Amino acid sequence: MAAMIAVRELSVTFHSGGRDVRAVNDVSFAVAPGETFGIVGESGSGKSTVLRAIAGLVPFTASTLEVNGQPAGRRRTRADRRMLQFVFQDPYASLHPRQTVDDILREPLAIHHVADIDAKVVKAIADVGLAPGHRFRYPHQLSGGQRQRVAIARALILNPPILLLDEPTSALDVSVQAEILNLIAKLRQSYSLTSILVSHDLAVVAHLCSRIAVMQLGRLVETLTAEELRAGRATADYTRKLIAASRGFTRATA
Amino acid sequence: MTDTLGQWLMSEAPMSRRQAIFGRIYRNARAVVRNPTALVGLVIVVALILVAVFAPWLSLGQSPLTQDLASRLGPPSAAHWFGTDELGRDIMARTFYGAQATLTIVFLVAVVVVPIGLVVGMVAGYLGGWVDAVLMRITDIFLAFPRLVLALAFAAALGPGIDNAVIAISLTSWPAYARIARSETLAIARSDFIQAAVLQGASTPRILFRHILPLCLSSVIVRLTLDMAGIILTAAGLGFLGLGAQPPTPEWGAMVSSGRDVILDQWWVATIPGIAIFVVSLGFNLLGDGLRDIFDPKSA
Amino acid sequence: MSDEALIVENLNVTFPGRTSVTHAVRDASFTLGRERLGIVGESGSGKSTTGRALLGLVPRPGLVTAKRMEYEGRDLRANTERDWQNLRGRRMSMVMQDPKFSLNPVKTVGDQIGETARLHLRTNAADAKRRTLAMLEAVRIREPELVHRLYPHQLSGGMGQRVMIAMMLIAEPDLLIADEPTSALDVTVQNEVLRILDDLVRERGMRLIFISHNLTVVASFCDRVLIMYGGRIVEECAARDLQNAKHPYTRALVAATPSLDTPRAELATVTRDPTWLQ
Repeated sequence: MAAMIAVRELSVTFHSGGRDVRAVNDVSFAVAPGETFGIVGESGSGKSTVLRAIAGLVPFTASTLEVNGQPAGRRRTRADRRMLQFVFQDPYASLHPRQTVDDILREPLAIHHVADIDAKVVKAIADVGLAPGHRFRYPHQLSGGQRQRVAIARALILNPPILLLDEPTSALDVSVQAEILNLIAKLRQSYSLTSILVSHDLAVVAHLCSRIAVMQLGRLVETLTAEELRAGRATADYTRKLIAASRGFTRATA
Repeated sequence: MTDTLGQWLMSEAPMSRRQAIFGRIYRNARAVVRNPTALVGLVIVVALILVAVFAPWLSLGQSPLTQDLASRLGPPSAAHWFGTDELGRDIMARTFYGAQATLTIVFLVAVVVVPIGLVVGMVAGYLGGWVDAVLMRITDIFLAFPRLVLALAFAAALGPGIDNAVIAISLTSWPAYARIARSETLAIARSDFIQAAVLQGASTPRILFRHILPLCLSSVIVRLTLDMAGIILTAAGLGFLGLGAQPPTPEWGAMVSSGRDVILDQWWVATIPGIAIFVVSLGFNLLGDGLRDIFDPKSA
Repeated sequence: MSDEALIVENLNVTFPGRTSVTHAVRDASFTLGRERLGIVGESGSGKSTTGRALLGLVPRPGLVTAKRMEYEGRDLRANTERDWQNLRGRRMSMVMQDPKFSLNPVKTVGDQIGETARLHLRTNAADAKRRTLAMLEAVRIREPELVHRLYPHQLSGGMGQRVMIAMMLIAEPDLLIADEPTSALDVTVQNEVLRILDDLVRERGMRLIFISHNLTVVASFCDRVLIMYGGRIVEECAARDLQNAKHPYTRALVAATPSLDTPRAELATVTRDPTWLQ
C-alpha cells in the first residue's frame, strides 16, 4: 500500500546570527495509512521541526516529501490545508485569546466555505468530550485540558486524513494527560486518521504509536516498533540509554 | 432583576454568543468605572462631547457670533457669565461652541490616523523582510516632520483652515500608531494561534484583520487617547497662530490669541478658553492613563 | 527511622483573595529523618507551597499556621526574617525548577557560588574559591575552572541545574528541599543530576525533600512518598509500595501514568471524588 506520508532526506537549516544550524539532517521515514507513527527525542533532536516541515510551516529541503501521494512543497494551497492539521504543544498559546470556542471552531469552516457550520461545531464539541456549555467560553475560562480538547476539535473539524501532534500532553498534568491520550486514541479510530505524534516521553509514544523513530541532534537514529521498544530490543546505544533513563532512576552504576 | 442581569453578564460560562460578547463588554466597562483616573477622564471627555452637541442650549440663547461693540471686554456678569470679548461676543457661548471645533479636529484626526497606522504597522510586522524595511523608513520620514512647521507650510501653500490643520496633524501623527501596531504584530505573528490560522488556509488579509487586529486595538486606543491631549494643544497652537478655524468660527486657540493683548486687564478673554483647553487635555490624559493601567498594567 | 529532625503537624497555608480565601495547604502533617522524602502531586496540589512554607518563603499575603513546625528542636513558626536568613543556606536549602530564574544573570557562576560560601561559612575569598571549585567537581562538571568564569546564560540546562545544586550545597546544609529539580531537563540528563543528588545525600547524610509531579521519578528515587491532592496529604507510603497504595487518588494516579513496562489499551482516568477534598 502506498505510504500516506513519505519523507526522504529531509533537512531543515536555520540561519541565526550569521550561523547556520542544521536542526534536521537527512531524515527519512514513511507512514502507512491509518498508522500512528511516533517520533521521540530530547531537546535539540529536531523532532518538532520535522513535524513543522511536513506541515509546511518552516522551509526545508528534501528529495521527497509526499502527502497522500502528492508532492508537498513549502507553499501550500487552501486545498492542501484540508489534508493535514496540527495540534500544538502549549494549550495556553494555541488558542486566540479574544475568540470564543465557537469562533475558533467556525474559523476553519468559514475559510473553506463549508456548509452547515452550526451543526458541525456542535458535533466537534461533543466529539472531544466538551460540554455544550463550553461553546461560548473564552480560552481563559477553560482549563489546560479543555483548551487542548478545543485545539483537537479545531484540527479535526475539517475531517483531515492526517493529524500531526506536537507534544500534545507535555504541558498537562498526568491525570489530564491520560484523558487526552485516551481521547486521541478514540478519535483516530472514529476519524480514520493517519497521525504522527512527537514527544520526549517514551512511555507516551509507546502507548499510542505502532512504530517509533528515535531522533538525536537532528538525525534519525533508528526506527523500531512499540513492542521492540518495550522489550528494550534497540540496536542503537542512544536508544538503549533513552529506554533505561525513561524507567526512572536506578541506583545501579551507570 | 438587576442582580440576575449582573449574574448573566459576569457568568464564567456564557451560554450564547450574545452573552459572551456582552459579558466581555460589561467586564471592560466595569474595569474602567472602577479605576478613578479613567473614570474622571471619561467624565471630562463625555462632558466635552455633550457640550459640543448641546452648545446652543447650554449657551442660554446667546449667539457666539453676535457682536455688540458697546459691551466689548465686559467682565463676567449676569448677562454674560464669562464676560465678553473684544468684539462684544459672549465668551461662554464662544467657549461652548468652540468645543465643536475641537471635537471635529480630534475626531477627524483619529479617523484618519488609526486606520493608516494600523494597516502600515500590521503589514510591516507580519510580512517582515523588505516590506517591513520600506514601510518603516517611510514611517521614519514622517516622524521627522515637526508638526507645527509642517502645518505652517501647509497653510502657506493651501491656505489656513480646519481641514488643512487636520491634514497636517494627521501626517505627523500616524507613524506612532504604525510603530505600535508593528510591535504588537511582531509579538504575536509567530505564536501558535496565528500559525494555526495559517495552517487552516487563512489568507494573509484574513489573518491580519480577523486575528491580529483585535490584539493591536487596545494599545492603539490607549495611545490615541493619550495623544488627544497633544493634538488638542497642537490644534489650539495652530489656532493661536491663525491657521486653524478661521474667524468668526469660535476656536479656543484663536480665542486665546485674540485675548493676548488685553490679558492684564481683561484676563477672562484669554483665560477662559485657556482653562477649557487645559481641562480637556487633562481629561484625555487621565482617560488614557487609566486605560493603560487597565489594558496594559505592565507598562504603567 | 533515624532522627526525625523535621516535625510538621497540621500545617496550613492560606492566601486571602478579594472574595474568598484559597486554602493552598490543609492540615499537612509529616516528619523527616535522614532519608529521601518525595512529595508528589499535580498542579494546585500544594506541594510547592509546602516546600516554601518550610523555608519561610511563602509570599505575602500568604498565611502559614501549624500546630507544630520544628526543625532540630527549634520552633519555626516563631521565626523572624532574620532567623530564617540564619537557617537558610546553612541548615536548610532549596533547589528550584528552572536555573534560568534562580541564578543571577549578571554574575559569573564562580561569583555567585563564592558569595554563598562566604556568607554562610564566613570564610575569605581564596577559601571560597577553593570550595567552589571542589563543589563544581562534586557535581560532575568536567572543567570547573572554565565554568567558574561563565555566566548563567552560557550554561546548558543540565549544567545550569548542576550549578544550582552546587550553589545550594556549598554551605553544607543539613536539609535540602528540591522543587521539581529535574522537570526542565531531558530524561538522560535528569538521571545524571539524580545520580549526583544520590551521591551527595549518601556521602553527607543529607536529608532530602523531593517535590515533583513525576511519579515515576519520585517512586524510583525516594525512600518514602507523600501524595498530595487539593492541599491535603492523601497518602503516605514507602516508595516501593506505591503499586499497593490505598487511597483511590494514588491508585488512579499510578494507573493513569503510561509506563513502558505495562502496556494498556486505555489509561485509567482519575474520577475526582469530592470527598477527597474534605
